[in-house]
Amino acid sequence: MKIMMTTRGDYISPRFDMSAEVIIATCYDRQLLEEPHSLVLSEMSAELLCDLVLKENIGVVVCGGIEEEHYQFLIWKKIMVFDAVIGPHAEVLRLVMDNSLKPGAMLSRVTSREGAL
Amino acid sequence: MKTNLPELLNAIPHGIVLLDTKLCIVAINRSCEGLVGYSSDEVSGIYSDFILRTNLGNNDQVCRKVLEDGLSVSKEGNLINKRREKIPIQFTISRLHDLRHKPTGILIVLEDISALQAKKADLQGDDQEFGIIGHSRQMEEVFELMSVLARTDASVLITGETGTGKDKIAEQLHKLSQRGRKPFIKVNCGALPAALLESELFGHVKGAFTGAVNDNIGMFRLADKGTIFLTEIGDLSLPLQVKLLSVLDDHAFYPVGGSKQIEIDVRIIAATHRSLRMEVEQGRFREDLFYRLNVLHLHIPPLRERDGDIPLLLDHFLRQFRTKLARDIIGFNRKSIDRLSSYHYPGNVRELRNIVEYAVTFCQEKKIGVKDLPQYLVKPTKSPRVNHTDHVDPSLSSPPPEQSVQAKTGGWAEAEKENIMDALVKTGGNRSKAAELLGWGRTTLWRKIKKYRLT
Repeated sequence: MKIMMTTRGDYISPRFDMSAEVIIATCYDRQLLEEPHSLVLSEMSAELLCDLVLKENIGVVVCGGIEEEHYQFLIWKKIMVFDAVIGPHAEVLRLVMDNSLKPGAMLSRVTSREGAL
Repeated sequence: MKTNLPELLNAIPHGIVLLDTKLCIVAINRSCEGLVGYSSDEVSGIYSDFILRTNLGNNDQVCRKVLEDGLSVSKEGNLINKRREKIPIQFTISRLHDLRHKPTGILIVLEDISALQAKKADLQGDDQEFGIIGHSRQMEEVFELMSVLARTDASVLITGETGTGKDKIAEQLHKLSQRGRKPFIKVNCGALPAALLESELFGHVKGAFTGAVNDNIGMFRLADKGTIFLTEIGDLSLPLQVKLLSVLDDHAFYPVGGSKQIEIDVRIIAATHRSLRMEVEQGRFREDLFYRLNVLHLHIPPLRERDGDIPLLLDHFLRQFRTKLARDIIGFNRKSIDRLSSYHYPGNVRELRNIVEYAVTFCQEKKIGVKDLPQYLVKPTKSPRVNHTDHVDPSLSSPPPEQSVQAKTGGWAEAEKENIMDALVKTGGNRSKAAELLGWGRTTLWRKIKKYRLT
């Protein structure tokens, strides 16, 4: 299963369409098959990200706020989407692999701005 | 005072967010809860950017700047909330400070401007009613009739010359009707041979004919509970007219090769550029079907009869193509306006639209001149209008000689070819310069040269 998380710094980015970076991880039977790698995008666009999801054969997308239109597109393409997720991407990835992540999850309270840098 | 703060914030009719100096949320009011989809308790202490999800730059750049220099900022932007809605917002961000002017936090006012933006969009398209442009008396009458027709469920027959917008009007009638949220299926009766059209309209069962390897439900069943739009109904063959008549009467039919009757609930809108009455007289259209379809009749006037609509449409299409083709053209000059206003437009709005597209493509100046118009407009040929099939209005059979012009040959293609030749002659055969002169890329010019065999 291939997982894509839209990120900003160490955290899931607040908005899908304003994400400049993604992390792609491949896991099987709750184990990572390889070290997750990050991709820096040439421009920020929801359409570009949707294209990337299809091109990379992603099965699970984890992101922050996403527009209904793009969400429905991904669902239509049979991609599992966990949206409105707030928290550090490392912890989020762990939860995805454990099958325990839920849409709208707030993993940790980000009370300092350093956390989001 | 402190205990009254939530009440005070809730009394404000806009979304309010209070942030501390680390840009984490201290409190949000009820309006803001509605906007972002989180409750105040849920978001307290969380970094604001994760909750507000605005497009005001990454990592709360704007808030940080306000916190640093103390200057309030008002910006238009949007946010995406928990319900996946993108809401246009006017953000007003101000710094809060204590009595000794030490910054204590940030106040963000979120004003939902979606209603304002919708109004703005309405104003921009103010000359459009039902998505159709027209201020002439003739079109006002059509619009009035459309409002009435949309409220009924009876069959409608739309007549009008080619290019007058029959399809658009049918679609609007459907959207405005109670069936607006159900399917709108358009079938061109003139585009398919009779046998194929029957299977297309009514569907077929597997094995009904050679090649029918699967069941096909047909357009009528696709349009169930909605509207089926049969365009060019005048081209429908007589046997199919009988079947259509029975559908109109019984609201049921048998698919091709099927033995089970299918019941449907469909509104039929038909359109034609022919005069069905004349077709009936000549025995090409069944009289009973004509009367069945002609319950409500809507005639779209040709463009030349619509007083004052030509400049309105010219302006609309100019704006449309200027944006689409990224050209810096401000309008038409007097001569070209005169030429375009006096033209007959046998192809109606569709032709006018194509003329504007051509002119915007070829115009190299700020204003479109006569030389930028298609050649058949500038140098009218003497060829009479050939095979004009629009017999809706008998007066059309003898158009004024000045207006009965039509490109003798390919029209657009001929004109484009001539323009390419002109550009090549002007630039001494230099293709790069010719492409520049035409406002195209070199590849486009090369493709067109190949297409017109100008090599």
